[in-house]
Amino acid sequence: MSSRDAILQKVKAAQPSLLPLPSIEKQPREVDAVKQFQAVLESIGGKVVFLNAEESIAEKTVALFPEAKRIVSSITAVQNYFFSDYKSLRHHSLQDVDVAIIEAQFGVAENGAVWVTEEDLKIRVLPFICEHLVAVVDSTTIVATLHEAYERIGASAYGFGAFIAGPSKTADIEQSLVLGAHGPKSMTVFLLH
Amino acid sequence: MSNSNHHTDHATLAEKFNRDEARVNWHDETLWFIRQKRDRAAWSLGNEWEPLRETASAIKAHTLSNLSDYLQQFEKAAQQNGITVHWAADGEEHNRIVHGILAKHNATQLVKSKSMLTEECHLNDYLKEKGVEVIDTDLGERIVQLAEEHPSHIVLPCIHWKKEEIGELFHKHLGSPEGVIDPSFLTNTARVHLREKFLTRRVAITGVNFAIAETGEFVVCTNEGNADMGAHLSDVHIACMGIEKLIPKREHLGVFLRLLARSATGQPITTYSSHFKKPREGQEMHLVLVDNGRSTQLGREDFRNSLKCIRCGACFNTCPVYRRSGGHSYHTAIAGPIGSILAPNLDMRQYKDLPFASTLCGSCSNVCPVKINIHEQLYQWRQVLTEEGYQPKSKTVAMKAMAATLSKPSLFSIAGKWGRKVMGLVPGLVSNRLNPWYKQREMPAPPEQSFTEWYKQNRKGGKS
Repeated sequence: MSSRDAILQKVKAAQPSLLPLPSIEKQPREVDAVKQFQAVLESIGGKVVFLNAEESIAEKTVALFPEAKRIVSSITAVQNYFFSDYKSLRHHSLQDVDVAIIEAQFGVAENGAVWVTEEDLKIRVLPFICEHLVAVVDSTTIVATLHEAYERIGASAYGFGAFIAGPSKTADIEQSLVLGAHGPKSMTVFLLH
Repeated sequence: MSNSNHHTDHATLAEKFNRDEARVNWHDETLWFIRQKRDRAAWSLGNEWEPLRETASAIKAHTLSNLSDYLQQFEKAAQQNGITVHWAADGEEHNRIVHGILAKHNATQLVKSKSMLTEECHLNDYLKEKGVEVIDTDLGERIVQLAEEHPSHIVLPCIHWKKEEIGELFHKHLGSPEGVIDPSFLTNTARVHLREKFLTRRVAITGVNFAIAETGEFVVCTNEGNADMGAHLSDVHIACMGIEKLIPKREHLGVFLRLLARSATGQPITTYSSHFKKPREGQEMHLVLVDNGRSTQLGREDFRNSLKCIRCGACFNTCPVYRRSGGHSYHTAIAGPIGSILAPNLDMRQYKDLPFASTLCGSCSNVCPVKINIHEQLYQWRQVLTEEGYQPKSKTVAMKAMAATLSKPSLFSIAGKWGRKVMGLVPGLVSNRLNPWYKQREMPAPPEQSFTEWYKQNRKGGKS
């Protein structure tokens, strides 16, 4: 018998009789989602910048990162920096990207996270390999909790998706918080309103 | 990798750890600090927290009661997503499968993000013998790997290391300047060192935090981003998981991700919660499902609930014994209270001491996000181990003497009288190293009389 069948047989013999699957109870929250999103994201090392419809994402990015030599964006509309060659690009070549600009589908107020998928990123490693990350989010999309977040994601098809909440970090050395472990040293969310 | 801890018990190893009092105090306080962060994070959800724990526990209970079906549902969905699914009955088979994939690709190097399962299976040692170089990429894991040690905590692998020692280690192995101990500088040194590995290794191994039966995807949580750096830059991604990591639906992640980081480190969520559903175009993705004793534990009614564990480490941080004995004293990959329930299932003889490494205070059960009755299971393991004849020798003799004394009231009275006299006359008889209670403690002065004697004296009139 294959290990697969042996394991399944053992599991079946060992498991107890069927217990009910509970439903998830969502408690309504009376919070200003945008305000909480900002407060939580800042508390975990992220930054929030409010952007009007007329303001340019590219210009704002350059103003925030004047030293940046290589800026790359996965947003088609950010014309100067959009990597139109992403299909042929060797992913490892992104290792010297100073700032990556990505678009996130929505944000989560309770934990400061934004949701992105491979479709938004074009290249999966982009938001991890860059030195600094800028994520553009529409402020009307912020949901209160992760329960609403998964309701929103629903059964959507993606190859890869991630919640990203703040810059890469570690506290492995004597619990001292250091931003920029392997990924971005900073994360800025551009909130559009 | 050195592991000289195999043949000693928790008490002996804890005693070794306790020789450096200042370090023990520091270890204790650091972990308690994290426990307090966990409390604040839990309280921030107000009255949502307890129902959330209840729901998580019930989802896991349901999943375990239907695990064989969910495993097959998951396998089918994952295969449809283009993931190759493997099954391993034990650690040995798991290691062979991983090595087989490497051999097929002629790979002799790889990067690995945190996976307690691969620690449990001793994958690093196995691959090293086969000539494969494994680089652990979680900073804490890399530190203990360079030091040829094992993680002492499942979430905070090098919690027992001081920055001075890490500075010295990095000077020796990574060429950082001598005497530099600044955590930012040291972290950056590791960042540069490991980035080169991410960019050059073609195979990446990750662990799995949750796998979804409905969709065939799996979720990996990190703060550093090391799992993503490894996986997305690799040609071959191998994810290794125990069969108990399954949950039925994607929406259940809302429950578990709300609990995981808050319980682990007091964060509202880990920086990255990555959902891997399909391999990247041109990439190969493998998933190894490992039993290694889990189906046996599933059949043990009293210990089944231990399979609900989501590896947050909250029970470690709160445990007065763990905090003051250190992770290595548990001589097993998963230390702490939960490890002390899991380990005897794998080998009763080797881990017979672990269920006794607890005060049974119940703090572990109180903080557990999936409401595992940890302290009750520790107590139950003691019964099982005693029945099976694995009880530590020192306890057997003392327990037999106690049972004999307690079963005869007259003997109890005489023993007490003599005990009080002897303790007063010859304090060295109990205040010595043969009495484990005397270690790090002063014995109290013996009372003048027993409670029975006092009662007779003071209640002579028969009033009550």
